[in-house]
Amino acid sequence: MPSRSVGRSVVRKEGRGKVTGAARYIDDLTFPGLIHARTIRSTIPAGEIVDVAFGFDTSGFTLVDYRDIPGRNIVALIDDDQPCLAERLVRHVAEPILLLAHADREALLAADVRIRYREAVPTYDATTSPIAFKTIAIDKGRIDQGFREADVIVEGEYRTGHQEQLYIEPNGVIAVPEHGGVTVYGSMQCPYYVHRALKVLLDLPDDKVRVVQTETGGGFGGKEEYPSMIAGHAALVAIKAQRPVKLVYDRVEDMLATTKRHPAVIRHRTGVKRDGTLTAIDIDAVIDGGAYATLSAVVLSRGVIHATGPYRCDHIRIRGRATMTNTPPNGAFRGFGAPQTQFAAEVHMDRIAEALGIDPVRIREINALRPGDRTATGQRLGRDCSALAVLRETVKRTDFKRKWRAYARLKASRCLKASRYKEGGSRGIGLSLFFHGAGFTGGGEVKLASKASLALTDRGARILVASTEIGQGTRTMHAQIVADTLGVPYDCVDVNAADTGQVPDSGPTVASRTCMVVGRILQRCAEDMRERLGRLTPREYLKRHGPLVITREYERPTDMAWDDNSYRGDAYGTYGWACDVAEIEVDRETWEVKPIAFTTVHEIGKAIHPVLALGQIEGGSAQGLGYALLEEVVMRDGRMANAQLTNYIIPTTLDTPPIDVVILENPYKHGPFGAKGVGEMPIDGPAPAAINALRNAGFDLREIPATPERVMVSEKQEPRHALHA
Amino acid sequence: MLRDEPTLTPLAGCTDLYVALNFGTLKDTRFLDLWRLDRLRKIELRGGALSIGALATFTDLIRSTLVRKRLPMLAAAARDVGGVQIQNRGTIGGNVANASPAGDTLPVLAAADAVVVLQQAGGIRRVPFDGFYTGYRQTVRRPGELIVGIEIPPVRGRQFFRKVGTRAAQAISKIVMAGILGPATGSGRTARIALGSVAPTVVRVPRTEAALASGASIEAVQRTLMEEIAPIDDLRSTAEYRRRVAANLLARFVCGASRG
Ligand SMILES: Cc1cc2nc3c(=O)[nH]c(=O)nc-3n(C[C@H](O)[C@H](O)[C@H](O)COP(=O)(O)OP(=O)(O)OC[C@H]3O[C@@H](n4cnc5c(N)ncnc54)[C@H](O)[C@@H]3O)c2cc1C
Repeated sequence: MPSRSVGRSVVRKEGRGKVTGAARYIDDLTFPGLIHARTIRSTIPAGEIVDVAFGFDTSGFTLVDYRDIPGRNIVALIDDDQPCLAERLVRHVAEPILLLAHADREALLAADVRIRYREAVPTYDATTSPIAFKTIAIDKGRIDQGFREADVIVEGEYRTGHQEQLYIEPNGVIAVPEHGGVTVYGSMQCPYYVHRALKVLLDLPDDKVRVVQTETGGGFGGKEEYPSMIAGHAALVAIKAQRPVKLVYDRVEDMLATTKRHPAVIRHRTGVKRDGTLTAIDIDAVIDGGAYATLSAVVLSRGVIHATGPYRCDHIRIRGRATMTNTPPNGAFRGFGAPQTQFAAEVHMDRIAEALGIDPVRIREINALRPGDRTATGQRLGRDCSALAVLRETVKRTDFKRKWRAYARLKASRCLKASRYKEGGSRGIGLSLFFHGAGFTGGGEVKLASKASLALTDRGARILVASTEIGQGTRTMHAQIVADTLGVPYDCVDVNAADTGQVPDSGPTVASRTCMVVGRILQRCAEDMRERLGRLTPREYLKRHGPLVITREYERPTDMAWDDNSYRGDAYGTYGWACDVAEIEVDRETWEVKPIAFTTVHEIGKAIHPVLALGQIEGGSAQGLGYALLEEVVMRDGRMANAQLTNYIIPTTLDTPPIDVVILENPYKHGPFGAKGVGEMPIDGPAPAAINALRNAGFDLREIPATPERVMVSEKQEPRHALHA
Repeated sequence: MLRDEPTLTPLAGCTDLYVALNFGTLKDTRFLDLWRLDRLRKIELRGGALSIGALATFTDLIRSTLVRKRLPMLAAAARDVGGVQIQNRGTIGGNVANASPAGDTLPVLAAADAVVVLQQAGGIRRVPFDGFYTGYRQTVRRPGELIVGIEIPPVRGRQFFRKVGTRAAQAISKIVMAGILGPATGSGRTARIALGSVAPTVVRVPRTEAALASGASIEAVQRTLMEEIAPIDDLRSTAEYRRRVAANLLARFVCGASRG
């Protein structure tokens, strides 16, 4: 019997290539006769194109505009409102208008295109924008009654900014015209999203479009929907020029033009009894969609479903709105709306505790969801609900209560003595409790109807899925699940390239679904294959019966139900649960915030590959601390003014504290080996933990990033939180 | 070569030039590589002054016992530059010639009354640091002239250096300050203080220095400094933040321990 690989940190499938430099990314590839393309973009946030003039000799160039589009001029996704190339109207800076291509890169860069516009008045404020892409209402119980039962009402408004995904490899593709259609190679998360968008744009049938993922240097959601746009551009040029076309962004263009995390403004009004029991939760959330709908509707959906945080309450009212502004469209980013809304929920929770004079742990212990409780959408939680377990483990591990009291006391004495210019800063410790639904929201997985295949090989099996390896370990983790289920060694399982010409549509690589959902479909394939093999080895079976490919489709667990009209039911198959504690030090002269320790306890069902799971949690925590403290997109007149790594500040290792990770396993009955999702959850908690630590140190912040400039101003702010009912 | 073609752009560690080149903002197309001129890398004492060759890298400065002994605040500044890779390539001459208001060694050199040594085929001239910069990214260096070294007269008093960047490493300064404080006497103390990132060039603050010399209270000196500098809001920070942090750093310097 081969040794089991699940639960062991086996060698990554693609690890050797990456470590030795053998891995080939899109910009490493070339094709005979390849030409380079460049995108000409709008320089205004809103208006109309009046005319286009070329200040260069256009011979030798391929020029493409909207009139060259054979199919529909849209980036097909949800609302189909975004043109692939602007026709007359421009809704944001950096909107693509024209494509130029030339064999010589220098000539391409030198080409001078002048566009005249008639400018319109842009909208930048999402809260007052008259155009909503989507509104969602969630109601549970009767909110008025909840407020009548309250002793105290606590209100607050919380703001989060844009965040840039900042994958190391920028967006890029190569399009090759072939067989009367086109093949696109590129850095991406979702080959079948690109496949569908290309069919609509080019008016081509299924088999004339092929999409192949190349080795991908990170995604974080930034390569979920955007590759459909850049692939469309390259394909249009390739078809017109009838030559292979490379379109790879540099960092500036990538930051200026591609999607970011939605900024949000979230208001809370909460009724609570003196003993700390929540009686009413009333939330209003607005997210800034940018100029086109892209994925805003589903980002909003995940955002509002997570907006209460992991707490029980009988009376809940949530109103969510995703609105239009004249800024580049915002889109998918790890966490997908939940980091914004849980930031607000968790900072608000500390303010509730403060208003009642109880500590942050107690308020959460009283209200945390337990097995059998119902969420805002009415979902009854099963035995794998672990909110209290992660809270208690984190509190114990960090000696939280003692430190929290000690720092609060220090803060009070500092206020009395105002002793400045002494060595050392002000310290604080903060906590956040959070959860994250794994898989698509609501009926999403049923609609996707994902398929996965397993082909028998001489030595074992070959996995055929469109799920992409983008650094997180997809191939490795899938191979472990298949190896153990089939009963063959891990090394005997191969993984096919994510090539739409060869693999079925296993859905997009997003929403923490690749292990829990796609991994489970593969496990079912492997179970069937195991049965078919009987006592035969793979080699014997192939010799006797010929090739064997098993394909299975997603099956909705029979105990799951969701109604999209009323927004009631089981929003997710299950949830992961986590608790973060951040300890920070604020420099008293410069208001710089230095995280000095970070602890996180994650309950994720089962860690298929412990080191990879740890990597997701550490990386997500570091990215979350960047979101909390450093990362700020400076928008000026609808344009990102700091679109370079010099001025868009992500944390370096020196800005990242030691991260202590604990993984708890409380199996989900429909996950492979009990696994839930893990990719996104780690980024939900660091921001509120850090901001709550700042509160503990004496700084009242309601907005991230908590840059030193904001921390400085927050020191003056007097807390005015409790209105007595 | 520079005599025949004075428009050649000198290049040293290339850590500034490459950024501009990659960004497409560099118009120059012909360069003169100085990197192998080891003669210009020496750090030595010459006639009582500390003489630093223009090609000395930040790593050279950090490692030099002479620098650490005579001008510890310069070693501190070098340690705060970029990351190790940049410290290995970037040179003090490049930092001075590049003339960024955020150049981290510049406040040190300004506070230390350094002298920039310029040379061309015709000969050498020495320009005091406070006369070297004429405006944003402007210097008195003529085409065809090279910076060959920096000379720093002996410094007496306590030294201080503090950089406040956008993060712990690989950061451009939001404010950077260097100072030298003479021993306290009954009537005050001599002080030389320079700041970066608060004006189009690195600046000395003579009114603040005078206030310190006159023995004014620290609060009064802080007020003078906040009036004397005129920082701006930009991508990296705000004017108010820069003013208040400058005042805090000054108080830390005068009242507290040094970090030099
Ligand atoms: C990632 C990164 C981080 C950085 N961090 C910092 C930082 O923290 N603090 C900081 O101050 N700077 C920083 N810099 C900027 C840069 O490293 C410094 O300014 C460095 O001192 C430049 O030196 P160099 O030798 O590389 O100059 P080069 O790039 O070679 O030249 C810069 C300019 O000076 C001219 N020049 C160079 N040498 C001479 C000479 N001897 N005579 C006349 N002209 C000359 C060149 O023509 C050019 O105009 C950073 C740069 C990068 C890329």
